[in-house]
Amino acid sequence: MTLWFMFALMTVAAIFAVLWPLSRGSSAPAGGDEAAVYKDQLAEVERDAAAGLIGVAEAEAARVEIGRRLLATADGQRDRPSRANLGLRRASAIVALVGLPIAAVTFYLSLGSPRLGDFPLASRTRTADVNQPIENMVAQVEAHLEKNPADGRGWTVLAPVLARLGRYDDAVRAYRNVITYAGDSAERRSDLGEVLAGAAGGVVTAEAKAEFERAVAQNAEEPKANYFLGLAAEQDGRQADAAAIWRGMLAKAPADAPWRPLLQAALARVDETAAPAVSGDAMAAARDTNEDDRSAMIRAMVDRLATRLKQNGNDVEGWLRLVRAYMVMGERDKAVSALAEARQAVAGDAEHLRQLNEGLKKLGLDG
Amino acid sequence: MIAEAGHYALVLALGLALIQSTVPILGARWSDHALMNVARSTALAQLLFVGCSFTALTMLHVVSDFSVVNVFENSHSMKPLLYKITGVWGNHEGSMLLWVLILALFGGLVAAFGNNLPLSLRAHVLAVQGWIAAAFYLFILVTSNPFLRIATPPIEGRDLNPVLQDIGLAVHPPMLYLGYVGFSISFSFAVAALIEGRIDAAWARWVRPWTLMAWIFLTLGIAMGSYWAYYELGWGGWWFWDPVENASLMPWLAGTALLHSAVVMEKRNALKVWTILLSILTFSLSLLGTFLVRSGVLTSVHAFATDPARGVFILLILCLFIGGSLSLYAWRASTLKQGGLFAPISREGALVLNNLFLTTACATVFIGTLYPLGLEVLTGDKISVGAPFFNLTFGPLFVPLLLAVPFGPLLAWKRGDLFGAAQRLMAAGVTALVAVAVLWAWIHGGATLAPLAIGLAVFVIAGALTDLAERAGLFRVALASAIARARGFPRATWGTAFAHAGVGIALIGIVCETTWNSEYIGMMKPSDVANVAGYQLKLDDIAQRQGPNFREMIAQFTVSRDGETIQVMTPSKRNFTTRSSSTTEAALLTRGASQLYISLGDTNADGAIAVRIYHKPLVLLIWWGPVLMAFGGLLSLSDRRLRVGAPKPAKAARALQPAE
Repeated sequence: MTLWFMFALMTVAAIFAVLWPLSRGSSAPAGGDEAAVYKDQLAEVERDAAAGLIGVAEAEAARVEIGRRLLATADGQRDRPSRANLGLRRASAIVALVGLPIAAVTFYLSLGSPRLGDFPLASRTRTADVNQPIENMVAQVEAHLEKNPADGRGWTVLAPVLARLGRYDDAVRAYRNVITYAGDSAERRSDLGEVLAGAAGGVVTAEAKAEFERAVAQNAEEPKANYFLGLAAEQDGRQADAAAIWRGMLAKAPADAPWRPLLQAALARVDETAAPAVSGDAMAAARDTNEDDRSAMIRAMVDRLATRLKQNGNDVEGWLRLVRAYMVMGERDKAVSALAEARQAVAGDAEHLRQLNEGLKKLGLDG
Repeated sequence: MIAEAGHYALVLALGLALIQSTVPILGARWSDHALMNVARSTALAQLLFVGCSFTALTMLHVVSDFSVVNVFENSHSMKPLLYKITGVWGNHEGSMLLWVLILALFGGLVAAFGNNLPLSLRAHVLAVQGWIAAAFYLFILVTSNPFLRIATPPIEGRDLNPVLQDIGLAVHPPMLYLGYVGFSISFSFAVAALIEGRIDAAWARWVRPWTLMAWIFLTLGIAMGSYWAYYELGWGGWWFWDPVENASLMPWLAGTALLHSAVVMEKRNALKVWTILLSILTFSLSLLGTFLVRSGVLTSVHAFATDPARGVFILLILCLFIGGSLSLYAWRASTLKQGGLFAPISREGALVLNNLFLTTACATVFIGTLYPLGLEVLTGDKISVGAPFFNLTFGPLFVPLLLAVPFGPLLAWKRGDLFGAAQRLMAAGVTALVAVAVLWAWIHGGATLAPLAIGLAVFVIAGALTDLAERAGLFRVALASAIARARGFPRATWGTAFAHAGVGIALIGIVCETTWNSEYIGMMKPSDVANVAGYQLKLDDIAQRQGPNFREMIAQFTVSRDGETIQVMTPSKRNFTTRSSSTTEAALLTRGASQLYISLGDTNADGAIAVRIYHKPLVLLIWWGPVLMAFGGLLSLSDRRLRVGAPKPAKAARALQPAE
């Protein structure tokens, strides 16, 4: 209600601005004119001549010129005396009284949101804001560490929190400080490697890999470092190496290790990509054979996969692998037809279709 | 409620602008003073409402009301208060609101202080202002409304572009807009003169303070923007011939020409039609600048807008006003009475020469800026016209202009004596030649053009001083009386001398900076030392620090010269998490007019950091020059006396006197 009261006040002020001069009629003072300017100019010439800034002859010439201008203004009197035009005044008043409020309110209603109240920050912080406390705490710890940068324990507390908040660059620095001030260990090296990979968007960079290797050098059994070294191998395209590392880990791992399922999932991933039929030996053989033979072997594998999918089409991962393989081999047509087949095969299952589309997007094909 | 009140105030301002653009013209047509006076009160009320609207938006930014889209997109609750306020115009919608606020401010000033204007002229001027204002209110409300709301406000805003989180944003855009928009007044005066069909020396007297004010602000705005780019972007450059910079330079060149031709008109009642055209062109170029920056046709640091609807709307406004005013000019200009006559060699002639060079320079910038755009539209090829083009075209135009600058004030009105002026400039010329010779001997070899360019600058400065000395009669009369005469100068005379000397000073800075700039670029580790121009810069330490809404990496350098420690410099690199972008904060060490400049690059794995160190001799003169120019303008503005150009009587007149 206050809002509409305010609108009303503002409208009244606007209307008043138009009506006020109309009501004053012809009593309003007239403005200046050219003659005043030229008279001032003449006075100026006198002053300059008296001060010796211009010569007598020049002053005389200037006076003549200005006099001529002054005469010219007398011909065309600019502001004729006011003639009240009542019709026009009334029309203007009506426009201001009726037209202005109607137009303003109509235009405003089509754009504004009069029902929305204010939401300043002060009133919002009282309501739920889960992120704020933790960020405040982090800021406090950071402020503390700026003053005491050699506080190893502080960095040890801060580093994992930064990593969880996704501030990987800061986390990298924090873990480096942990190693510097709280001592080196295999675990800390692998944590550093992990945030380095996080900062690179999940890619195990050469820098991160070096950290994991340092960790393994200190403790060959360090699970995180080993896992990431396997991941590095996978990302380098050395699927067999990755599988070997992970299998070794699984064999040695205690039965209740919390990371077992993660490792098994990873292993399943590389084993599938490496194609079930191809064992380590076959891969070694493939490395030795010449280019033609190798491509023939890959082709055979791809064909086998295609056949399997024709029989049992409800395998999104399989379809994606097939499309990717065709793309890699440069056979775009086949990739596109495989794509169409895949869509048909999983059409019945909305969830699978979504997965397929997302996977295709990642491959750079339209989803 | 604040947001909605601000929104409604803006709508009311549009309504008032529409009334202001029609009723006074009808009043002038039927010579009804009451109707004409409607212009005055509506202009003031409009200022009130736009002021309310702008205040409302500022309050919304200050209290971080993220239910307003504009605040959500450009603010952050952790941002320092200063940037919450400057952030109001650090985005497209807000800056357009600032634009109309300044437009309304100038309209309000004319309404409040235009008592000396004839009633019908004031009514017409304000009506034209009303047209411009209405078009821009409509543009803001329809395509870039700062008061749109979100029903469920987000917790945190997206923060302001980090590059803009700087004190420069508090000064540069308001100054620049005061300049751009200030020229709307001379435009309105020109259109009003065309509508009324009468124009004379008095017109120039009335329009003078507005043009000067706009010119002063534009000069300062451009200089400020250039200094901001210099220290914030971290490249150490101060002018990039970026289209956005050119967009502000074009109105400045045209405005400078306008300033000079208006002088001729006020003093001698000549060049009237040309002055009108320049008024129209100057504001048209301001509008063009607004279009280029706001429509997003250019993609550069300044272009925050990329919505095509906006571009088309501004283009329509542009065509309407430029096309409309030029058609009106073509139709009515022939009915205006021609003014006084003058010989080619005279003060008027010198000012015409100045106008020719300035408008040609403006045209080359225009071509260099718009040709790539046109080509892209027609053929799709993207080319860039860069510094080489502008240096090649701008240089040859400015050398003769600067050579002519000292001559202008020494020539008499109506008919001048070029030889006499040259004689009086002898001392200035000799000073310039000595400067060239000394420089040549000092640097022996190296850049050939630099000493010549500095000689030219010295000539301009000495020429400005010569003018003052000549007027005071220094060396001709006793010193005391010369000083007394100098005291009696109109302040405009001092203004001219300061402004012309400012051009020379800026030129010295430009030449020194570009010719004798030395730099060091390399990777540095703590305790490494870099040697630049005789200074030793030792990198002491690299540290991290948390700012209010960013983290920064600060490098600390100890600067010493000949084993003597001078100062500690701390360049930094700021990381803004919300926008995940970073800015470089260059560190500047000022020694006289020269500066040391350090900006940081990236760190590599083994803790070394990329560092760029420049030594820029006399670089500050580049900005002191414009400040001096603006100061000259201010002196001239404060001089409320009338300007009279006393014509030199022809000798023939004397020959006709009866012989004894």
